[in-house]
Amino acid sequence: MSITTVLHDEHRDDVGSKLGMWLFIFTELLLFGGLFITYSVYRYNHSLAFHLAADELDVVIGTINTVILLVSSMSIAMATTAIQQKDKKRTLILIGITMLLGMIFLVNKYFEWSGKIGHGIWPGAPLLDDLGRGDTLFYGLYFFMTGLHALHIIVGLVILGFVFVFVRKDKLTFDNFQLLENGGLYWHLVDLIWIFLFPLFYLIT
Amino acid sequence: MSDTTHHIVPYRTFGLVLVLLLILTGTSVLVTQIELSRWASVVALLLASTKSAFVLAIFMHLKFDQKIFKIMAILIILLVGVVIFITFLDYAFR
Repeated sequence: MSITTVLHDEHRDDVGSKLGMWLFIFTELLLFGGLFITYSVYRYNHSLAFHLAADELDVVIGTINTVILLVSSMSIAMATTAIQQKDKKRTLILIGITMLLGMIFLVNKYFEWSGKIGHGIWPGAPLLDDLGRGDTLFYGLYFFMTGLHALHIIVGLVILGFVFVFVRKDKLTFDNFQLLENGGLYWHLVDLIWIFLFPLFYLIT
Repeated sequence: MSDTTHHIVPYRTFGLVLVLLLILTGTSVLVTQIELSRWASVVALLLASTKSAFVLAIFMHLKFDQKIFKIMAILIILLVGVVIFITFLDYAFR
């Protein structure tokens, strides 16, 4: 009788996994890049209407949300450091902080949007027909681009939720944390997009 | 088994980058709130690009990862840049 040793080989390719995440991030950059171009062209064609409409957006709430996302980006980056240092507790706290900040961002967004809707401004609103084409385009792009971004925040929260559970159950550890890093990359992407949305919609009037 | 060596970025680095990002954000808000007319938008977008460079390099580990990631990211950003450039050439010379 021959003795066969079963080698338990875990097929893992961290670099490949990260490469896949980056390729996905590139498609997202191209998606939002296209939207930024659309925005710029319409702004070029309707500069006065865009100027007046952008003046109506709340710079304070925009700035607060920018700070929130920047801090959350730092906390999720720190989570990768924490897990590499085998500090499970701190990793969980940092992921938790990131998720909490993401939720606060969404709450702010909710108040901002409902303020606009309260003033009769939503995609296809009769008020926009009266205001003209420039305003219709500005607010159409505003709701679509910030909405698509908010959708990315929600998806990011779901991903980080899974990462949180996996870290807690020790499925992600100091020598196997690629999912945490990929989740972090996704979260940074959301931050990156906001870095450009913020000046385009709130600052440049 | 993972065959890659991971660079552990100290917390301090991330903290410093955040401070820098917040300063850049504050600057872009100030610059656009005080009417600097036509240059305000250029400055705001330059500051946004600087911020995104820091996020990509430090938060997203491009500075510490294998070169291939950095090269790919630069190529994609160039691609987006070229598309934006061509679109504006089109609109400027109609």
